[in-house]
Amino acid sequence: MRYIEPHGHMVSRTTDDYQAMALAGCAAICEPAFWAGFDRKTADGFYDYFCQLTQHEPKRAAKYGLPHYCWLCINPKESEDMKLADDVLALIPEFLKAKTVLGIGEIGLNKNTRNEMLILEKHVELAVKYDQLILVHTPHLEDKRKGTRLIMDVLKAAGKVKPERVIIDHVEEHTIGEVLDQGFWAGITLYPESKATPVRAVDMLENFASQRVWLNSACDWGHSDPLAVPKAMQEMRRRGHSAAAIDSLVYGNPVGFLSQSPNFKDPQALR
Amino acid sequence: MSEPNPLAGTPRRTRDQVADLHFMDARYKLLDLAAFLDRLEKASGPEDHRVRGLRAALPLLLQSGDDRVAQILHLWSDPSVAPIEKADTKAASGVWPGLK
Repeated sequence: MRYIEPHGHMVSRTTDDYQAMALAGCAAICEPAFWAGFDRKTADGFYDYFCQLTQHEPKRAAKYGLPHYCWLCINPKESEDMKLADDVLALIPEFLKAKTVLGIGEIGLNKNTRNEMLILEKHVELAVKYDQLILVHTPHLEDKRKGTRLIMDVLKAAGKVKPERVIIDHVEEHTIGEVLDQGFWAGITLYPESKATPVRAVDMLENFASQRVWLNSACDWGHSDPLAVPKAMQEMRRRGHSAAAIDSLVYGNPVGFLSQSPNFKDPQALR
Repeated sequence: MSEPNPLAGTPRRTRDQVADLHFMDARYKLLDLAAFLDRLEKASGPEDHRVRGLRAALPLLLQSGDDRVAQILHLWSDPSVAPIEKADTKAASGVWPGLK
């Protein structure tokens, strides 16, 4: 069965993972900019990273027949250095001209600091100015509920942000309701330990919502699973869900959201 | 909060069917939790705030209702609402340190 991986940090993965994802039915991969596991010291480091996301990684994915898209930003973990953050923000408009860029992301908060909030606001202004989709990272663990609420306050305060053009990722059982209630899309991230497991994700879908929701693996350099979305699909099959319902969730929903960007092409239409 | 809009066509299941699908998974996780608590019992030093949070969540498992996961996540969440001036770490621990 086909699916879209709407959030995978493929720069951290081997080509074997591209192969496995393609074999599992992946039809396209979208890669938000993120924290490399250490703090980069210069804007030049980000320039190279954005080149990697917009030029190199699409070629690597293409070897496995996979369209590759990306999102651009400086992530909240590096937002405490305001000068660096401003320098990186100044780089982004040039890269928005690339044909595989979907928007600004993954922006958001990490520890819910004032500096993180200021840089988040600047990213939102940039997205509005260039009419870009927004992909939001919500904080981890005990910081998630507070951070999710602060992020939604920033998005609403910006005034010109259309909620249907924003996906708030890494929702869990205690945040998904508020996110959907305010008109945003919600991303459920499938991690082996933190965030949601495939089993809990399907519970959320069954109990709560299946529209304006996508599933993603957010596979990166940490404990994560690039096949988490197909494993959630298998859990849905085990529970008796129809092929059409699964397809609508893991293919139709991400295509629906991402197609708001003129750069995203429905993989079905490319075949 | 708006009305739920669950996945269309979700099959109705008996408790036996749910247990057939997920009991063994829950069983080994409960045993792992018990083993973790046994391991703590043999260790020295004061109680870690994360473990305190875990113990505080255990009674919620025995309450009725279908929102235990959300209740536990709320229990462990930072209850403050204002941004902080500066963080002394990039990491989260899993349980708000101020939880009593």
